[in-house]
Amino acid sequence: MHPAFSLIIFSSVSGVGFGLMAMLGIAAALEAAPSSSLLALLGGMAALGLAAVGLLASVFHLRRPERAWRAFSEWRSSWLSREGWLAVATMAVFFVFALTWAITGRAPQVLGIASAALAVATVFCTAMIYAQLRTVPRWHTPLTPLAFVLIALATGALALASVLAWFAEGRGAASVALVFLVLAAAAKVAWFAHARGATLERAGASIEAATGLVGRGAAKLFEAPHTGSNYLMHEMVYVVGRRRASALRKVAAVLGVLVPLVLLLATVAGLLPVKLLGVALLIQLLGIFAERWLFFAEAQHAVSAYYGHR
Amino acid sequence: MTTLPPEPQKKLGLVIDLDTCVGCHACAVACKEWNTQGYGAPLSDQDPYGDDPSGTWLNRIHSYEVKPEAGPAQLIHFPRSCLHCDDAPCVTVCPTGASYKRAEDGIVLVNEDACMGCGLCAWACPYGAREMDGSAGVMKKCTLCVDRIDNENLPPEDREPACVRTCPTRARHFGDLNDPESDVSKLVAARGGVDLMPEQGTRPVNKYLPPRAREAAPFSASCDAGSATQEAPVPTGRLAWLDRALARLD
Amino acid sequence: MLSRRVAKEPIVDPSPHVSDEIRKTTCYMCACRCGIDVHLVRDGEGALKVSHIEGNRDHPVNQGVLCAKGSSGLMQHRSPARLRAPLKRVGPRGSGEFEEITWEEALDMATTWLGRVRADDPKKLAFFTGRDQSQSFTSWWAQAFGTPNYAAHGGFCSVNMATAGIYTMGGAFWEFGAPDWENTKLFMIFGVAEDHDSNPIKLGLSRLKARGVKVIGVNPVRTGYNAIADEWVGITPGTDGLFVLALIHELLRRGAVDVEYLVNFTNAGWLVIDAPGTAEHGLFARVDGEPEGAALVIDRRTGKPASADDPDVRADLQGEVRLADGRRARPVFALVAERYLDDSYAPEAVEARCGVSAKTIRRIAEELHSAAFDEPVVLDRPWTDWRGRRHDKMVGRPVSVHAMRGISAHSNGFQTARAIHLMQILLGSVETPGGFRFKPPYPKPAQAHPRPHAKCSPGEPLSGPHLGFPLGPEHLCINDDGSPRRIDKAFSWDAPLSAHGLMHMVIANAAAGDPYKIDTLFLYMANMAWNSSMNTSAVMEMLTRNDGDDYVIPHIIYSDAYSSEMVAFADLILPDTTYLERHDCISLLDRPICEPDMAADAIRWPVVEPDRDVRGFQSVLLDLGARLALPGFQDGNKPRYTDYADYMVRHLRRPGVGPLAGWRGDGEGAGRGEPNPDQLERYKENGGFFTSEVPEEAAYFKPWNAAYQDWAVTMGFYDAPQPYVFQLYLEPLAKFQRAAEGHGPVTPPASKAERILETFDPLPIWYAPFGDSAGEAFPLHAITQRPAAMYHSWGSQNAWLRQIHGENPLYVPDHVADEAGLADGDWAFVISPTGRIRVPIKRTGASNPNTLWTWNAIGKRKGAWALRDGAPETTRGFLLNHLIHELLPERGDGQRWSNSDPITGQAAWFDLRVRIEKAEPPPTGRSEPDGGHQASPVGEGPLNIAVDKGSL
Repeated sequence: MHPAFSLIIFSSVSGVGFGLMAMLGIAAALEAAPSSSLLALLGGMAALGLAAVGLLASVFHLRRPERAWRAFSEWRSSWLSREGWLAVATMAVFFVFALTWAITGRAPQVLGIASAALAVATVFCTAMIYAQLRTVPRWHTPLTPLAFVLIALATGALALASVLAWFAEGRGAASVALVFLVLAAAAKVAWFAHARGATLERAGASIEAATGLVGRGAAKLFEAPHTGSNYLMHEMVYVVGRRRASALRKVAAVLGVLVPLVLLLATVAGLLPVKLLGVALLIQLLGIFAERWLFFAEAQHAVSAYYGHR
Repeated sequence: MTTLPPEPQKKLGLVIDLDTCVGCHACAVACKEWNTQGYGAPLSDQDPYGDDPSGTWLNRIHSYEVKPEAGPAQLIHFPRSCLHCDDAPCVTVCPTGASYKRAEDGIVLVNEDACMGCGLCAWACPYGAREMDGSAGVMKKCTLCVDRIDNENLPPEDREPACVRTCPTRARHFGDLNDPESDVSKLVAARGGVDLMPEQGTRPVNKYLPPRAREAAPFSASCDAGSATQEAPVPTGRLAWLDRALARLD
Repeated sequence: MLSRRVAKEPIVDPSPHVSDEIRKTTCYMCACRCGIDVHLVRDGEGALKVSHIEGNRDHPVNQGVLCAKGSSGLMQHRSPARLRAPLKRVGPRGSGEFEEITWEEALDMATTWLGRVRADDPKKLAFFTGRDQSQSFTSWWAQAFGTPNYAAHGGFCSVNMATAGIYTMGGAFWEFGAPDWENTKLFMIFGVAEDHDSNPIKLGLSRLKARGVKVIGVNPVRTGYNAIADEWVGITPGTDGLFVLALIHELLRRGAVDVEYLVNFTNAGWLVIDAPGTAEHGLFARVDGEPEGAALVIDRRTGKPASADDPDVRADLQGEVRLADGRRARPVFALVAERYLDDSYAPEAVEARCGVSAKTIRRIAEELHSAAFDEPVVLDRPWTDWRGRRHDKMVGRPVSVHAMRGISAHSNGFQTARAIHLMQILLGSVETPGGFRFKPPYPKPAQAHPRPHAKCSPGEPLSGPHLGFPLGPEHLCINDDGSPRRIDKAFSWDAPLSAHGLMHMVIANAAAGDPYKIDTLFLYMANMAWNSSMNTSAVMEMLTRNDGDDYVIPHIIYSDAYSSEMVAFADLILPDTTYLERHDCISLLDRPICEPDMAADAIRWPVVEPDRDVRGFQSVLLDLGARLALPGFQDGNKPRYTDYADYMVRHLRRPGVGPLAGWRGDGEGAGRGEPNPDQLERYKENGGFFTSEVPEEAAYFKPWNAAYQDWAVTMGFYDAPQPYVFQLYLEPLAKFQRAAEGHGPVTPPASKAERILETFDPLPIWYAPFGDSAGEAFPLHAITQRPAAMYHSWGSQNAWLRQIHGENPLYVPDHVADEAGLADGDWAFVISPTGRIRVPIKRTGASNPNTLWTWNAIGKRKGAWALRDGAPETTRGFLLNHLIHELLPERGDGQRWSNSDPITGQAAWFDLRVRIEKAEPPPTGRSEPDGGHQASPVGEGPLNIAVDKGSL
C-alpha cells in the first residue's frame, strides 16, 4: 500500500492525542489527576491539538475534502464513518471534561471515564478501517486494533508523563508509560509474527486464485494491461520502498521502543530528570512514524496478485 | 446506503470467456470511449502525450503465462473489471454512502456527488475494480453501462454494456445471473464458470469461464525420437491408394 | 426497510441522451475497413462534433464489433499530431523545421517540380504510397503521369502471399479469402497478424470455439490468436514451408488426397515435358506443341496424350507417356508424389530444423486427414461446372487454413505460401464447403491480371499498368542490357514476380543512383524514415545525404495526416485529413471489403469537416493531375473532377465499370452501369457500404462454377467467364529456370542465374531463409508481432492506445535469458550482422525457444507524433529495424543481393538472425541507437484530457 504522508501523520499524531485524552481520563477516573487547572488546560490543549492535527492531516488524504462532512452518514456500516463520529464525540466530551477540570480545578471522574472510553474507541475505529480489509492480509487481524490502541495508550502515557513532569509529579505516569510501552511492543511483535505469515496466498489471493486459473501450473504476469502506471499500481501495488524495510524496522524498534524504554527506565529509577521525558516522546513519535510507514509500505494488497506479485 | 440491500431479485453481471479472449483490448477501449462521456465524471487522462501517460479505465486486460508441468507456457488473457459482488466490501466501507449496490439489479455504483475521494472502497476491493479519477477526484468503476442497458434512446439490441457490444471474439456475455434460465447462467453451468478469489468472501456476480485444455507441441525434437507410435496405413506399393482412388473415378 | 433504502438510492437516469446524429462510414484505424457508426453531438454553437464510434451491426466485415483501435478513433481524430497546413521545409532535412504555406503555394511548388520531371524524364519521379486504400486511383494517376516508378507498400508487406496465391489458385490469403467458418472442422492459422481482417478472424474464431472446432496456431509466438488456439505449434521462424511439406509427405503416404478434385480442378494431370537441357524441359506438353495450346494429359481410357480441355477425357495422375515427338512426359501429380514422398520430407528429417517433433507432425497430418475425409461436408446444392457437367451436391473437405505475415516476410515466403496452397489443394479444401473460400472479385487467375509495364517517354503516359503478373521472362521490365527499368528493380532479374513492387528498395536505390538517380520522391502515408524502412538509421542517412550541391534525392514531397517521422525528412508537406473528414472508396477495383458470399464495397465520407487547412490527398492528386494536364484529368482546360468524391462517382475504368459498384445507372445497377450522381447519397443511406449476394449456386467451386463465372461477368469483375484450374505446378517458374539455363531471348546475368535455377522451382520447395547465411555467430531469430491495439506507428499519438503500448520490451525465451544471465528489466545488446541495439528485456516461456520478439513499431523518434521528448516510446521503446538491412551481406562475387524473396522481392523482415548479450543499462536511460530529434511542426499535446460531451 502506498504510505501516504497524510495517513502516517494522521494515525500516529491523532493516536498520541487520543492516547493522551485516554490517559488524562483514566487519571481522573482513578482520582490520580492533580488538582491543577493549568495541567487541565495544557494537557487538554495538547491532547485536542494533537487529535485535531491528525484529523486535519487525514482530510488532506481526501481528493474532495469539501465533502468530508458526508463521512458522518454511514456510521451503521462504515468504520471510517464511525471513527469520524467517535473522534468528534471524544473531542467534545473531552473538551467538557478538560474545561470542567480547568474551571473547577478538579478532574471530573465520570467525564474522565467517558473521555477515556471514547478515545480508546476512536483509536479502535481507526484501526478497524485497516483491520477490516480482507484485501490486505497483514492488516486483517485483531492484532491490528490491539496494537493501534496500545501504541496510542503508550504514546499517550508518555505524553501524559511528559506534561506531568512540569507539575513535579510524573514518575508514576512514567511507570504507567513504561507498562504500556512494553504492552504495545509486545502487541506489535505479535502483529509482525502474524504479518510474516499473512501472505496473499493464504488470503486466497494468489495469482491463480485471482484469475481463476487454478490447477494449471504457476502463473506469472506476462503483460500488465498498460505499459504505463495507474491509480491501482500507485495506491495498492506499491513496492518502491520495500527494500528499505529492514532498515526502517530497526529505526522503528530503536526509536519507538528501545530508546523510550531506556529513558523511561532511567527516569523511573531516578537516573534522569522527568522533564526530559518530552524528548523521549519526540523520539518515540519518530519511531511510530517509521512503524506506520512500514505498516503501509509493507502491506500487500490482493490487487497485487493481478500485477504478478506473490 | 452503505449497507447492502437484501439479496436482489436480479443480479446483472458479465460472464467472461477466458477460452476465447485474445487480449485485444477492444472491450477496454470501448468502455473508456463510452463511459468518458457517460455516467458521472469523464475518465480523464494525465500526461497523455508525455513521459508517464496514465488515465482512468474501468476495464483492463492483463495477460499471464501459465507454466504447466510439461511443455511451454500457455498465454491467457484476462479482462479485469468490477464483479458486482453480492457481498461487496467496497459498499460497506464507504463512509459517505456514495458507494452503493442497487436493490433492483445488484449493480454496484458510485454516487459521485457524494464521493469525497477517500479511496477506502478501492482498498476494500480485491479485484482492483475501482480507480480514482485523476482529475475529478471521485471514484470511478464499471457501471455495467447503467446508461445503456435500459436506455430508450438506444435500439434494443444495443442495450448492453459497451464492452459486450464490441467484443470481437464474443468472449463477453451480459445477463441476469440470478435467473438459472438465462443464457449467462446456462453458460456458467455448462462451462464451469468460476468466482475469482472466493476466499475473499465477496460472492462476485461476474463469472469467468476457464480456458479449455490446450495442446502445445513440445519443442525438443529429441524427446520424441523413436516414439512415433501410430504408423500411417501405408498401402502396399507407394501409391496403391492412388490406383484405387483413380479407379473410383471411372 | 427495503423501500427506505430504495428511496435513498440516487436516481440514475436510465435513458440519457446518446447523440444527435449517427453517420455511418468506414474505419481507418488499420487495414480491416470495418463499418462504423460515428455518433455526433452538437456543441454550443450547433456544430456537429464526433462523440463516439461503434461498430456498424449491418456491416459485412465487422457485424457490429469493433477493436481497440476502432474504438479509440475519437482520439485519433483529435490527435495533437494532426498536421494543420501545407508546410515548406526551412531547416535541414530531418530537423522538422518548416514554415506554413498556402495550398496555392504548395501546389505551385509541386506542379513546378513534377512538371519539369514529366517533360524531361518521367522516370525521375518515384511515387509510392503506403497503407493507403486507393491504389487503383493512385496507380491511374501515376500511369497518366508516365513514370514507371509507382507501387504501393505490398512489396514489404504481403506480396509473397498475394503472388503465390494468385499464381497457384487465383486468390490469396490476407483479406482476399476466408475459411468457411460455418462448415470447417479443422482450422490451421500460420503467422497471422491482427491488423488485416482482424475482426472477421476474431468473429470467425469465436464461431469455431462455439462449435468446438479445433484451431491449430502455427507461430513462433503464442500471443493473440495463438493463445486461444487449441494447439500451438511454436515453429522456428522461416521453416513453415518445411513443416508443411512434411505434412504433405504424410498426407501422400496416407493417401489423404482428394483425387477427384485434383483431376477435375487442378493441373495435377497435366503432362510435364521431361527433356533436360532443352528449352522446353519442365514446360507443359501442349496440343500440337503450340505454346498457347491446351495442355495434354494422359487419357485414362487410352493411356495416350489427350487435350485437358476435352470434357470427355479423364486424366491419369500417374505414369508417364511418350509424346508424339518422342519426348518423355509425366503428369504433375507424379512429380508431386515423387518429390514429397522422398525421405528428405519425412517428419524425422525436418523435426530438428522446424522445432516441431516428428510425432506432432504425424499427428497433425492424421488430424488433417481425418477432418478432411472422415466427415466431408455435403451441401444439397446442385451446381454446374464450366464444362457443363451438372453436380447434384457440393462436397467439401472441411479443413481450412489462413496465413499471413509470418509466412510472407521471409526470403522463402513465396515457396512457403505455395506449399501451404499445395497442401490445401491436395486435400480438396479450396473453394469447397468447409475449406478456404475466395472473396470476390477473386478468384481471378494470374493470366486474367495485367502484365507489368515500365516503358516511359517524356510527356507521355505509361504504356499500361505498372503492376502485374509476368508469365515468363518476356514480361520483365528490363532494358535490352538487362538493367531494371524501375527504380525499385521490380520485375527485373532481382525479383521477377514482384507484383507489388519493392517500396523498401526505392530510397536505397535512389540514394545509390542504382539503377539511376531520381529527381522527386513523392510518398503518401508511408513512414519510410522510420518503421516502414528496413534499416531505419541507414534510410535517415540516405534521405539526408548530400553530394555537395544538393541532396542526392533533390525533392521529397510527402502527404500524411500526422506529424510522423517521415514528415521531418520531406521538403514539401501536403497535409491530409483524418479518416472522418475525407472521401475514400474501398473499391472492387482495388482491395474491397467482400466476403465469400457477397461482393461488397464501401465509402468514407466527411462525417465532419476538417477544422484545419488540410485536404484529402486524393483530391489533391486530382488537382495536381489537372495542373499537370495529365490525360484523363482535364476536360478542355478545366479539371475533369472537382474532387475525389466526384471521381468516385463519375470515373469509368471500363465502360460501365467505375470505382463504386453499388447503385449505378438509374440506381438499380450493381457492378455495371453508368455513373449515378446520387450514388454517394445511396451509400450513405445504406450505412456507407454496398453488398451484392453471391447466388447460392455460385457460392462454392467459384473458379469452375458456371453460375459464379456468369455472376462475376454481370458484376464487372471481368468481361467474359474466366474458368481455370489450380496450378500445382507453376509453368512460369519453369520458364524462368530455362532462361537461367540460357534458353530464350531474355536471359539473366550469370550472377543471378544460379539463384533462379535453385529457387524458381515449379513445385513448392523449401530452402533456408537467406538470413541464415549470417552463420553460427547469430544463433537466434528476432521478429516483431503486431499488437492488436496498435497499427504500425499510428497508435502512439493516440492518448488511449499509447497507455496500453507505450514501450516494448524485447521478449527473451527463458532458457536464452538464463544463458545470458538476463532477468526482467535488464538491458541487453541484440546484435545482427547489420548492427547492434541496446534494449530492455523481459523473459517469456511462451515463444519458440530460439526466437526473440517484440511488438512492432512502438519506438518513436523524439519530436515526432506530438509526443514529449521523454515519452517512453522515445526512451525505452525501440525498433528492430536497425538490425535489418535492405541488402544481404556481400557475397563471394562482391555482389550484395536485396534482402528479399528472390522470386517476388518481398522484404524478408523475419529472416533476421541475431545474438544477445547482457548489457549495462545505458547511461542515458534510452534504448540505442538514438534516432535523433525533430522539431514538432504541431507542438506538443495537452497535459490533461477529460473527454466528455462538453469538451468535444
